[in-house]
Amino acid sequence: MNDIAARRRRRRRMDAASHWLFLLAIVVALAVLAILLWDLLSTGLPRLSWSFLTSHASRFADRTGILAPLVGSFYVIVLTAAFALPVGVATAVFLEFYAEGDRPSPLRQSLTQFLKLNIDNLAGVPSIVYGLFGLAFFVRWMQLGRSILAAALTLALMVLPVIIVNTREAIRAVPPSLAHGAYALGASKTQVIFTVILPAALGGILTATILSVSRALGESAPLLAVGAWVYVTSLPRTPLDSFTVLPVQIYYWAGMPQKAFQEVASAGILVLLALLLSLNGIAIWLRSKYQKKAEW
Amino acid sequence: MAVVMANPAVQGSRAGGFVVRNLDLFYGAHQALHQISMTIPERAVTAIIGPSGCGKSTFLRCLNRMNDLVPDARIQGHVSFRGEDLYAPGADPMAIRYRIGMIFQKPNPFPKSIYENVAFGPRINGYDGDLDDIVEASLRRAALWDEVKDRLRKPALALSGGQQQRLCIARALAVNPEVLLMDEPTSALDPIATGKIEELMTSLKQEYTIVLVTHSMQQAARVSDYTAFFLDGRLVEMDRTERIFSAPSDRRTEDYITGRFG
Repeated sequence: MNDIAARRRRRRRMDAASHWLFLLAIVVALAVLAILLWDLLSTGLPRLSWSFLTSHASRFADRTGILAPLVGSFYVIVLTAAFALPVGVATAVFLEFYAEGDRPSPLRQSLTQFLKLNIDNLAGVPSIVYGLFGLAFFVRWMQLGRSILAAALTLALMVLPVIIVNTREAIRAVPPSLAHGAYALGASKTQVIFTVILPAALGGILTATILSVSRALGESAPLLAVGAWVYVTSLPRTPLDSFTVLPVQIYYWAGMPQKAFQEVASAGILVLLALLLSLNGIAIWLRSKYQKKAEW
Repeated sequence: MAVVMANPAVQGSRAGGFVVRNLDLFYGAHQALHQISMTIPERAVTAIIGPSGCGKSTFLRCLNRMNDLVPDARIQGHVSFRGEDLYAPGADPMAIRYRIGMIFQKPNPFPKSIYENVAFGPRINGYDGDLDDIVEASLRRAALWDEVKDRLRKPALALSGGQQQRLCIARALAVNPEVLLMDEPTSALDPIATGKIEELMTSLKQEYTIVLVTHSMQQAARVSDYTAFFLDGRLVEMDRTERIFSAPSDRRTEDYITGRFG
């Protein structure tokens, strides 16, 4: 009896210890974030102004601005989503509904398995690898040059696996009973996919797209490889124009020796953070909106 | 296996809805249905009863080719409806399901508005006339119109479970089917909602052939005209419901309906 009581006391102590340990972990994580944010705000906030947002780059820290990279990032992101979303969703639909065929054979099944495995792995490939591929393929071979188009295609390739994997998740989360309901009314497979399954999976698909696009927004390595310029004084007008993006501009400023440019870099980071947070905010809003609707 | 087939009660003028002969169904290597032969009369409710796993739902899904959606399901034998072979080489499962509607165990309205749920069937089948009339008529026939007429544009998922199931019936009726296959349609519902669905079945059988899979023998006794008893993937017997529940010819049927197993 005593033995059991002692053991129970020990388990209770373990409970308490785990509680504090996990609390400590989150406090450390949040504290680092808070310090980072405080540092950024204190150095960058004084530099943030309307003219900072609407001016072109300059050799003088006081006159430099973020207009060109802001517009560049916007174009690149919109084009990236425009390429990656349709191709990603179509690939996921193919893998979920068509790849194995109506009468699955072992060969087709293992081929599909192989494809899925490779797409999962692609999601983990470092972004610089995509950058080098983009440089070789889009910039040189397709002769797109150091353009917005080349950058967007490169980033689209980078986010594609993430969109495919998440779209497949979203499709599989749609209850089969909905598809059966539509089939029982005489719907064709294509009708079931487009009128029932994709609308029901839309929330998950959009959330995944926005989150992966926000990852692309923060990337600098692949864009440096594809050739974003660091000193752009005119706004891009066509997708074939040269460009720069926020992370690349920030990277450049942060590497300057003058202290004033360090402050400018902080201000740039604040702008980038604000964009990222609003994108993630939209994703969260979308998710909750569709979750409310989709309580089957 | 002696299957009671040539029962005069099941034939006569109403015979020839579904005719099933020597139907076998395999899931991969597992045989789920063995040599089912039966005739399901038109404009009547035929109940299929039997313990869980006896193959009654599997059998029901053979009647509108829903088993086609199970990748490793394979069928042998003959199923025809109104003289038309449902498994003939050229038979189109989409056209078959259009004529032979189905109601599922758990209400499965689409996450759309009430109106859009009912309009779904006519829309996907290319109907371009006045949908308002079809929606209203279908909801009336499913005894749901009065409860939802003021909120047709509201989400279907906001309805109660019983209303959702009647909405699914309205959705099935909207394409004007000849048959309603109902797979334990009240097993997820409370007794009051169940009562409404049963009432509905009784009125719908004037126009439609209804095949009802149910685990409730009381339900079979209340609403059906004919009852088939399945056991271990085999049809034990089929007869007029009064006979099955008063004087079944097979010992196993009697054991089941008196609650000795199942």
